[in-house]
Formats: sequence, C-alpha cells, structure tokens
Amino acid sequence: MVIDNARLRRIRWRCRRGMLENDLMLSRFLDRCADTLTEDDIANLDALLHMSDNALWDLLSGRAEADDPRLASFAARLAQG
Amino acid sequence: MTVPVRQFDAVIVGAGGAGMRAAIELAEAGLSVAVLSKVFPTRSHTVAAQGGIGASLGNMSDDNWLWHMYDTIKGSDWLGDQDAIEYMCRMAPQVVYELEHFGMPFDRNADGTIYQRPFGGHSANFGERPVQRACAAADRTGHALLHTLYQRNVRERTQFFVEWMALDLVRDAEGAVLGVVAMEMETGDVYVLQAKATIFATGGAGRIFAASTNAFINTGDGLGMTARAGLPLEDMEFWQFHPTGVAGAGVLITEGVRGEGGILLNCNGERFMERYAPNLKDLASRDIVSRSMDQEIKEGRGCGPHKDYVLLKLDHLGPDVIMKRLPSIREIAIKFANADPIKEPIPVVPTIHYMMGGIPTNIHGQVVAPRHGDPGVVVEGLYAVGECACVSVHGANRLGTNSLLDLLVFGRAAGDFIVSRNLAALAHKALPPDAGDASLARLARLDAATSGERVADVGNELRRTMQSHCGVFRNEALLAEGVAKVMELEDRVARSAIDDKSRTFNTARVEALELDNLIEVAKATIVSALARHESRGAQARSDYPNRDDVHWLKHTLWYREGNRLDYKPVHLTPLSVESFPPKARTY
Repeated sequence: MVIDNARLRRIRWRCRRGMLENDLMLSRFLDRCADTLTEDDIANLDALLHMSDNALWDLLSGRAEADDPRLASFAARLAQG
Repeated sequence: MTVPVRQFDAVIVGAGGAGMRAAIELAEAGLSVAVLSKVFPTRSHTVAAQGGIGASLGNMSDDNWLWHMYDTIKGSDWLGDQDAIEYMCRMAPQVVYELEHFGMPFDRNADGTIYQRPFGGHSANFGERPVQRACAAADRTGHALLHTLYQRNVRERTQFFVEWMALDLVRDAEGAVLGVVAMEMETGDVYVLQAKATIFATGGAGRIFAASTNAFINTGDGLGMTARAGLPLEDMEFWQFHPTGVAGAGVLITEGVRGEGGILLNCNGERFMERYAPNLKDLASRDIVSRSMDQEIKEGRGCGPHKDYVLLKLDHLGPDVIMKRLPSIREIAIKFANADPIKEPIPVVPTIHYMMGGIPTNIHGQVVAPRHGDPGVVVEGLYAVGECACVSVHGANRLGTNSLLDLLVFGRAAGDFIVSRNLAALAHKALPPDAGDASLARLARLDAATSGERVADVGNELRRTMQSHCGVFRNEALLAEGVAKVMELEDRVARSAIDDKSRTFNTARVEALELDNLIEVAKATIVSALARHESRGAQARSDYPNRDDVHWLKHTLWYREGNRLDYKPVHLTPLSVESFPPKARTY
C-alpha cells in the first residue's frame, strides 16, 4: 500500500531525535524502506517515535524488548542496520 | 507587512535544558511564555548527556565552590571569565537542590544525600587530590533532567510550540530585539512571535563537522540568526573533541572503555599512546589523546583503506568482561562500526563533541556586543543561555559536568533577571514595517529555485571541509585554504535548491534553512581559528604550539559582515574573591 506523502514527511521529520544513535538508525531505515512502508509499519513506527530517546535506543540496541510482540518485531526489523 | 503576529511576554527558542530551565522562572512569575522547539522538548539533545552536574555539595568528602571555580578556570586554559565562573560555581549547589525539589531522581548515598561520582579535572584544594563532585542519575542524567524540567513546565502552564522553527530575529531601528520570525512545520505558515524578551537556547552546532557526536538537530540556529542580525559570535575557534567516536558515524565510545583496559593501535599494531603519554598512556586527557590520534593519522599510520582512523582494541579483555561491563559499547560497535569488539577492534576518530564559543552574554544571559569602545553593551530584549551562549564559563576548554551546570545556572539567571524587569507592565514596542521580510525572501528563493545543487550535497561538502581544514591540529596553510573553500561554499549555499516544494513537514526545506545557519557557524569557526596564533585549550596550532598570554589572552568576536574580527579582554577579576592568575595548565 502506498502511504500518502504528507504522513511520510511527518514521520521523516519525527525521526529527528535527541540522540545521534537513534538519528542514524532511523535515517538508515527510512533510506532503505520508506518506499515500501505499509499502514501497519507506519503505525508501529509512530508508536516507537512516541517513546523517549533512551527507551527507543534500548529497543534498537537489544537491551530491552517491547511488550507488544508486533512492536518488538518491528523494532527488530528497524534495528537490522 | 504580510506576516501574522502573535504576542507574548517572552519567547524562548529551544526546549532543551537551558530553555526549559529559563521557562520555569518566567511561567512561575505569571508571564506569558512561548517555547519553540523543532522537536518534542524531551527529544532535545540534552537527553544525550550522561556524566552529571558538577556542584560542590561535599557529600562524599570536603568540597568548596572556590575549588570548583579553580578547576573550571584551569580547565578553560584561563580564557574563561572569572566573574561568570564564580557565579556559576557558587550557584551550583542551589540549582542542584532546586532540581532535587522538582523531583529529579538523583543517585543517592545510603544516608539519603545525593551521591556524587568522580570526574576528570575536578579536584579538592586547588588540584591537590581528586574530588567526587558530579551529581548524576545513573548514566542518564540528561534524560532525567529534561523530563524533570518538562514536567515542571507543564505544571506552570508554559506554552510549547512543538515542531516550530525560528528563522530570524526581529530588530527595530535602535537595534532592540522584538521577537522572532518562525515557521510552523505542520503547515509551513510563517508568523512573527513578538516578545518583550527573546531567549535563545538553541544548543550547539556540531553538525558543521563530518565527525560529530551531535544529533542531527544541532545546527546552530540561534547562532545563525544572531550573525544575520549583525551581532558577533564569541570564541568560535574552540570546539571540544572526544577522542573515541566511531569512524564514519560519530557515535561516542565512552572513556570507560579505556578505563577497563581498552587500548588504541595504529596501522602497525603499535600502542602509540605509550610514546605520547608514557605514564597515563591511553588514559591521558581528552585533548592529548585526540591530538596523538590525529598525528598518527596525519603521519600515515592510520588504519583502513584510506588510513583515516585508528583502532580501539578490546578483545584482550575477554568476552566475559566485555559482555558484563561494556555491553552497550559492544552494541554500538556492532551497529555502527560493523565490528564485534569481542573479536575485532573498533575503528575510531577524534570527534567533535561540544562548542565552547557562542553568542556573547553577561551573567544575566543578556546578549552583549561592543559599542563605542565598551565590549559589554547590552542588546535590548535579547538573551542567550546554554551551549549556544558564551558567557564565558568554558573558555578554551570545557570541564566535564559543567555543561549541564551551565544550562541550569544561566537558564535560571536569565529567567530571574527577566522576571525582575516586570515585563507584564511594559507595552510591546512597535514592530518595524519590514519585520519578517528577510525570512520570507529566503523562503521565496527556495520555492522559486528550479535548479541548483542539492542542499544535502553542499552540507556534506561543508562538513568534510571543516573536518579536513579545521580539525584537531591546525596550521596557517591548512586553515587559509579552508577559509577560501568555506567562502566558496557560502556562494553554493546561496544557490542550493530543493525539489520538494510542499508546505507540510517539508524536511528538505527545514534542512535548507538549517544550512543557512551552519554556514555562518562554519565561517565564524574557521576564520577565528586562522587568526588565533597560539595553542590554548581546544585550539591546537602546530605552527604556534604554545599558549601566548601576552598577545592572545583575549576573546575573539567574529562578525558576519566582511568576516570581520574584533577582540575583547578576558574578565580576570572575579565577583568577590582574588583573581586566579594564568599559569601553566598541567595535570
């Protein structure tokens, strides 16, 4: 499913974070996958972007796992590097 | 004038630690406060601070603000202003206790007092012995600080303008600042936010360098706006390097890794720090390790296909130690260097970490600029606090834990001072008829440009140029060539273009506007560095290897117009104690 550009542009901006680690992980992911994101992906990404930077980095670096299995699986995909 | 106007008593640009600390004072006093931020407040770069807040609470052993003051002056290589440093160190315990009362979850001692950890450069009795002075919340002090300040602001009903970007200052014919022009990212709409006090708290500008620990948002927006308004930037040649950033990524590898036994190697497998610092070796101070690494790379002993990094070796510590004591470092190395330190070394380079210079201010946070021979004339209505300001407490080199202290003390001081001016009783001054025109012209150029270099390409070229010409070691020829290249890049910035002309969350447009700020910071940095013919603190000139107090114990002021430089004296007289005269900085 093609996501409308305005939503993707908002998501892209919200990938600007307070920690460089997250900036790098998120921008790599968008460069790789922005064209193929589904509605579910956008919802999962939105949920991750609402987390604090440290909590997000804990998920992406494998120090913690999300309670919601769908979110955990999406975070693992995002963290693939 | 075509730009809609909204009025506030005070507008704060930036919602990191400094901006939010100032906002608390203003909102508590009942003033109408608007805090603008490009990102949600708790995602500001303050979140990345790990170490702690320096304050002489004396909870672990005897301590004294005068000892903290001495350490800060010595750390600054005597370029820090001693009145501002006295003020900061005396205020430190008070701002820490206030934060404790706001609910900051500091680490504790068994007796309930705030635990204080050791940190490099902090000493008791004027360098006699190390002292534990850093108040921290585990390794997430910045995160805890931001959340504490944000909650307090919510309680005080501060108005946050989230995902707004300030574009330019509004000044009247007398030079007074009357607010900012700002863009709401969600709509692309532009407003004048008129204010009786405008506070810049926009943070650092580390994104002018290719190797930087700074988040992408650190683009020096307050500095760019200040320079375009015709005001000077102070001591911009002084940038602190962290020795071990992951090559190609910038992500920080903490000093703790070398504390655990990690060692640095060149392409011959040599532990080169044994040559540069026979006693401390890999544990020598940040500037010494950075310079040694840079020298190895410059002399052809770097590693990798381009010989442009050195290696941080940990595998000899064994998997158990690495997994137990350095698990997050292993994750960083795997994610950003594609190297598992259990099996292979991590490629590292000296990486830009902190900007000591900034917008010149006095201890009330008021922006100052020279006029008629007086270097301290206040710019009416404009304040700057935190990393974007130069008050100057860090001088030529910042002492660890003093960055969070700086933003708390001077964020609070600026807020207090503004409250004392009774803004609610003052009327807004009349806006000049052309308020907003310059910003609208910048936006119109971007909208109209149908061809031109990509903003990202020009930005990357700027970062590469600054890295190669204004890095750890500097000399006349390298800097002069760099200045010429940066000036060429300024023309290319003015001709750059974006494909996406949409109004909603147009990241390309924001990045173009940020590039206008980055180029000003880059010019200020490299022009100031070329002119300073000495080595002091973070400025290391291979052609002028010594500190020269006779000619260079003075602050640099850079002006955008004509790349002009001026200088002003360092305040060597503290507020209430004897001066600490310059002497050799040895540890």
